[in-house]
Amino acid sequence: MYSDKTMDLFRHPKNIGEIKDADAIGKVGNKICGDVMWVYLKIGKNKKGEEVIEDIKVKTFGCVAAIATSSALTEVVKGMRLSEAEKITKQNVAGYVGGLPPAKVHCSVLAVDGLRKAIKEYKKKKRK
Amino acid sequence: MKRIYLDHAATTPLDERVLREMKPFFSEKYGNASSLHSFGREAREAIERARETVASAINAEPEEIVFNSGGTEGDNTAVHGIAYPNRKKGRHIVTTKIEHHAVERACEFLEKDGFEVTYLEVDREGFIDLPKLEAATGKETILVSVMHANNEIGTIEPIAEIGKICREREIYFHTDAVQSVGKEKIDIKAMNIDLLSASGHKFYGPKGVGFLYVRKGTKLRPLMHGGGHEKGLRSGTENVVGIVGLAKALEIAEAEREKEAARKRKLAKGLVKQALEIENSWMNGPEIGKKRLSNNVNLGFDFVEGESMVLMLDDKGIACSTGSACSTKDLRPSHVLLAIGLKPWQAHGSLRLTMGRDTKEKDIRQVIESVNEIVGKLREISPMYKGGN
Repeated sequence: MYSDKTMDLFRHPKNIGEIKDADAIGKVGNKICGDVMWVYLKIGKNKKGEEVIEDIKVKTFGCVAAIATSSALTEVVKGMRLSEAEKITKQNVAGYVGGLPPAKVHCSVLAVDGLRKAIKEYKKKKRK
Repeated sequence: MKRIYLDHAATTPLDERVLREMKPFFSEKYGNASSLHSFGREAREAIERARETVASAINAEPEEIVFNSGGTEGDNTAVHGIAYPNRKKGRHIVTTKIEHHAVERACEFLEKDGFEVTYLEVDREGFIDLPKLEAATGKETILVSVMHANNEIGTIEPIAEIGKICREREIYFHTDAVQSVGKEKIDIKAMNIDLLSASGHKFYGPKGVGFLYVRKGTKLRPLMHGGGHEKGLRSGTENVVGIVGLAKALEIAEAEREKEAARKRKLAKGLVKQALEIENSWMNGPEIGKKRLSNNVNLGFDFVEGESMVLMLDDKGIACSTGSACSTKDLRPSHVLLAIGLKPWQAHGSLRLTMGRDTKEKDIRQVIESVNEIVGKLREISPMYKGGN
């Protein structure tokens, strides 16, 4: 039922783990199914002085789709401007993993929510 | 890669001996059992022989066996078939919270049609409480439907005691015995069972064929109307080849039942003992013994999710299943695991391993090794393990 790309990402997930001195952590859970995801961010600046995702790591308690989407998302956003990363949608993420079965589309929400929550946390911290 | 199949509660392979018995009925003895000529007669004779075999396996009379398409049909026929013709007596049904969906959804359908259904709670091991069952039944109760053995956690319900209670109160008693037929001793007379559903492919028979035991004198309405086959209780040309296969499979299962049960229990004990050496793990369902299906092991591992485990094990050639929400269509964890008191995240980490005739000691060793490795791998990426950060 999963695409080859999804299975490949599940078997060899990228950017798994923690960032000890993370600038922000986005902790999200899916109340319906019980999946949990923590997204760790390290923010830096590019040559133009814009904020970019310097490093990202993720930890996932969830199914194949949750693990694959979180892995795919980290690869895509690494080095990306924050303003750009914020705009990523669940449809984008489902695309990164070669599509998801209908019942599994909600899993891609978790990855998007986790990233957005982490960015929000980062902005909140910065304001203080 | 040698594959290890540990999902025998889902289905079993067709036994070679069963296949041999079935073969002539595909293209040689292909007659319609309702036909008058010799082709028809040989099909009819085969069906009636099969009926006798099945009846004697559960201590029933041959005319009390209704062949059908399997467990779902049997359960639906029993629940709906009792409810409608008996509704003048009452509109109340008693069942449990851990039934197969075929009984559960059939009852839910009846609730929308003016019937009242009581879903009995179960304890941590999945057993119903007999006093609570007694208390739940009343003058309006027309049917009690309690499964014999649970498909997920292997709990064997006290059906003889339930049968006695129902008989005393003149309430029809149906049991879904899909998981237990061929594995547990069933005596419908001693157990006071009125209706019992079974499915061929769970005991090394073919898929798409099953039977419903219907006690003589039971007021039952059929689901299928037509040519009046199976004493009018199940119209439709008989699946001769399937029926012949089912009977042969049951005959073999009965002959090997006790020996196989003892062998599998020993394997299950070893499997559970080794699995529980993995930290933060537990077993779901009753302890290995007489009150649990001999081939069923259901384990739980904290901080990891079942679908991920199943597919990682699949990569290693090991086939099993899970009650995790991620593996279901409605994204809710198994209703059985929730009914025994597991939290959704605990149901998330469940793994069901169901053994078969070919399961060997060395398979168990390999499975443990793989489970250990995979649980470790998944815990490494789980934020819940050791509190995450």
